[in-house]
Amino acid sequence: MNLDSKVPSGNIKEKWDKHRFEMKLINPANKRKYKIIVVGTGLAGASATASFGELGYQVETFTYNDSARRAHSIAAQGGINAAKNYPNDADSIWRLFYDTVKGGDFRSREANVYRLAQVSNNIIDQCVGQGVPFAREYGGLLDNRSFGGAQVSRTFYARGQTGQQLLLGAYSALMRQVGAKTVTLHTRKEMMDIVIINGQCRGIITRDLITGKIESHTADAVCLATGGYGNVFFLSTNAQACNVTATYRAYKKGAVFANPCYTQIHPTCIPVSGDHQSKLTLMSESLRNDGRIWVPKNKDDKRPPNQIPEEERDYYLERKYPSFGNLSPRDISSRAAKEVCDDGRGVSSTGYGVYLDFADAINRLGKNVIEERYGNLFEMYERIIGEDPYKTPMMIYPASHYTMGGLWVDYNLMSTIPGLHVLGEANFSDHGANRLGASALMQGLADGYFVIPYTIGHYLASNKFEKVSADHVEFRKAESDTNDKINKMISINGKKTPTQFHRELGKVMWEFVGMGRNEAGLKKALEKIPPIREEFWQNLTVTGEPGDFNIVLEKALRVADFLEFAEVLVWDALERDESCGAHFREEHQYPDGEAMRDDGKFCHVAAWEYQGVGNKPTRHIEPLEFHDVHLAVRSYK
Amino acid sequence: MKLTLHIWRQKSARDKGKFEEHLVDDVSPDMSFLEMLDVLNESLIHQGKEPFAYDHDCREGICGACSLTINGTPHGPEAATTTCQLHMRKFKNGDSIFIEPFRARAFPIIKDLVVDRSAFDRIIQVGGFISVGTNQPQDANALPVSKLKAELAMDAAACIGCGACAAACPNGASMLFVAAKVSQFALLPQGQPERKKRVVAMVEQMEKEGFGGCTNFYECEAVCPKQVSVRFIAMMNRDFLGATLTKE
Ligand SMILES: Cc1cc2nc3c(=O)[nH]c(=O)nc-3n(C[C@H](O)[C@H](O)[C@H](O)COP(=O)(O)OP(=O)(O)OC[C@H]3O[C@@H](n4cnc5c(N)ncnc54)[C@H](O)[C@@H]3O)c2cc1C
Ligand code: FES
Repeated sequence: MNLDSKVPSGNIKEKWDKHRFEMKLINPANKRKYKIIVVGTGLAGASATASFGELGYQVETFTYNDSARRAHSIAAQGGINAAKNYPNDADSIWRLFYDTVKGGDFRSREANVYRLAQVSNNIIDQCVGQGVPFAREYGGLLDNRSFGGAQVSRTFYARGQTGQQLLLGAYSALMRQVGAKTVTLHTRKEMMDIVIINGQCRGIITRDLITGKIESHTADAVCLATGGYGNVFFLSTNAQACNVTATYRAYKKGAVFANPCYTQIHPTCIPVSGDHQSKLTLMSESLRNDGRIWVPKNKDDKRPPNQIPEEERDYYLERKYPSFGNLSPRDISSRAAKEVCDDGRGVSSTGYGVYLDFADAINRLGKNVIEERYGNLFEMYERIIGEDPYKTPMMIYPASHYTMGGLWVDYNLMSTIPGLHVLGEANFSDHGANRLGASALMQGLADGYFVIPYTIGHYLASNKFEKVSADHVEFRKAESDTNDKINKMISINGKKTPTQFHRELGKVMWEFVGMGRNEAGLKKALEKIPPIREEFWQNLTVTGEPGDFNIVLEKALRVADFLEFAEVLVWDALERDESCGAHFREEHQYPDGEAMRDDGKFCHVAAWEYQGVGNKPTRHIEPLEFHDVHLAVRSYK
Repeated sequence: MKLTLHIWRQKSARDKGKFEEHLVDDVSPDMSFLEMLDVLNESLIHQGKEPFAYDHDCREGICGACSLTINGTPHGPEAATTTCQLHMRKFKNGDSIFIEPFRARAFPIIKDLVVDRSAFDRIIQVGGFISVGTNQPQDANALPVSKLKAELAMDAAACIGCGACAAACPNGASMLFVAAKVSQFALLPQGQPERKKRVVAMVEQMEKEGFGGCTNFYECEAVCPKQVSVRFIAMMNRDFLGATLTKE
């Protein structure tokens, strides 16, 4: 398979302008003749849908949530990057581009990243215009902060609720179009499949979550903005319903899946408290500015933290990485925490936690300063754990947080299936092997507001579309495939719930494919996943009726796809025999624990093509070329 | 902990519902309220019974999906806390807990504890936005906004659209929800051109949806998990009056 990125020729700074000029246009009066389906109402989906509606296309949009405003994007806390250079600290589009390529450990496509940096400034203008209440300075101008190890202050924020405010902005633009009747909004409808006719993606199959009805929806083009797959690890910082179904079903229909092994683990989350645990809550990384991370020096030291004397504590980050200490990069800090816990020195009831201690900072700065800086986080922590972090050190542990991999797309955000476009976290395009803080929100909105509205017009104008209706055999077939699958699940009448299978899968993924990976472990995961999947199809229990509001069936359908997808992820991790960004193969590291890339062998995107359940998919590559940023060892020293 | 749960069971919108009693033991104080329900649901599935349907997603108090009335109070006993953030350590061994859906005339029940809150979306559709198309705005710093006003707009914008305000109100009014959106935009320069039109359209839609009128009980503010202030209702009332008087 030839993965043609369709990156325009010419100087990187002019590619996007040139491309916009060269793309075909659809005359305004003709736009309403085209219908576009968008799945997902997160930042990427809502912004794309609103923009399509404004342009005059007929649009239908879908979400499994009860309202478009509830998409997972709502939970983002920290902020959104842009190259405005308002603080006058020498930021620029070029610097944002450079930082993002380097942050992704040289595994992203230069031209896409440059475009992302270019449109970042328009995003901020757009959001302010919509009434997003970003933080401001006394002079009334926008405030910025530095985030995720950047040397410049380029992050815009709205308290600790940036994702909420940006999503509500996009949601309001979307609602305006729904009110204007250019957009039809379908809530509580979950996409089950895509439909391909004559080689073009021409619609989707959905399940109505209230009535259970399986329905067909036709279109001239389809966009998936369905988010990431972090819940493949069972526990993550993602919302409960986040799942891989939409992108995985597209993969099964021929779209190739790029870099599934690039998954990001966040070091500062609240640890697991027991088997009942349903999610892991992210605690802002900023806590590491003043907290000191430690565990007891001795195994099985069960004394309360305050009774463990200073000399019996191991401040392992300060010890191992004296120059960066508690501020060591995300991946290094995460792996170091795992190491001490695997060594039997972890804290918390499960042994999988480390202390984040503010005692020194409180002594040095006073309690009021700490309260001012982190008051709301301390409150959130106390609500969940029931301990006062001003008195007892916090406990933290890494958790699955974000997925850089996703469906492969070209420069126009189109997958390998003509007409199927992929936006936001669901695609693979801009973050390479590691995403920087505050860049996911930027990418979702860049794709939705400023890229896809142009590129989809080019696709529609360059192709001919046969008239299809929902009665077409391909739709009928996809509907009956979905119904068959559901009936099969209902008829198993086994003994285990979908959640039990999901938890089992998560345990394997976390243990062997989580923070540190090695050949033996990955091979073990490949042995362990198929039996879980086989048992699922023999021993699953789904209560209730298919034609009803059925939360067990909903979950079973999602878990079934995770059980197949997980293997693709492991294959990718195994074949990528190098470390890069968040993909850490223990075999390949520098003495200081940094990831050791192998540019000779792996300076490419790996995109996987489906070959049947349980069969090894075919690995295709898109070589990456770096003309404007020179390949170098990613070092934060 | 051992608890006696009385949970609302209702097969569909057309059916009549009733409380069903379940005894749960082994409840850990570290569980969240929803995790406690998850554990019950898992055991119901094992017994071949249908679990209770309830809405939830983010489980960190920001998406606004979770919506239980616990012992008569939307989101339960702890102030400024959504159901998903409520933890079992706030209850005592032996407690009886009544769990119902959010109840309001404009929120019909779909199943068990799940209600239809799409009325809120329709209120936003008629005016809960600033009419600015993609790529139309000027530079973000072209219009300064005083820090005070921006902060106040953010206080209003913090609303998560959960509907607890309407569920708590004896009149089933959704004034706090509507006022939060109206005020956010009324406080910002970008919101001025449509200020009057917006408030009138949103209030009219609110009435059409079957939400009741405000008679100053202030139950809404008391249960709001984001502590949105009733001062915004006063602000909206002023705007509404002004808009209807000038008939713009
Ligand atoms: C706790 C947390 C904090 C974060 N903080 C930051 C931050 O500070 N800065 C930053 O830049 N990024 C942050 N991120 C990452 C960022 O929030 C996400 O990557 C981003 O919001 C994803 O947006 P999206 O539009 O691609 O997808 P989502 O917001 O995940 O939306 C997916 C949409 O698709 C729909 N959907 C999915 N599958 C189907 C289906 N089969 N059928 C129908 N609908 C479907 C869902 O209903 C939803 O509407 C954070 C993430 C987490 C978890
Ligand atoms: S589940 Fe999102 S607010 Fe409770």
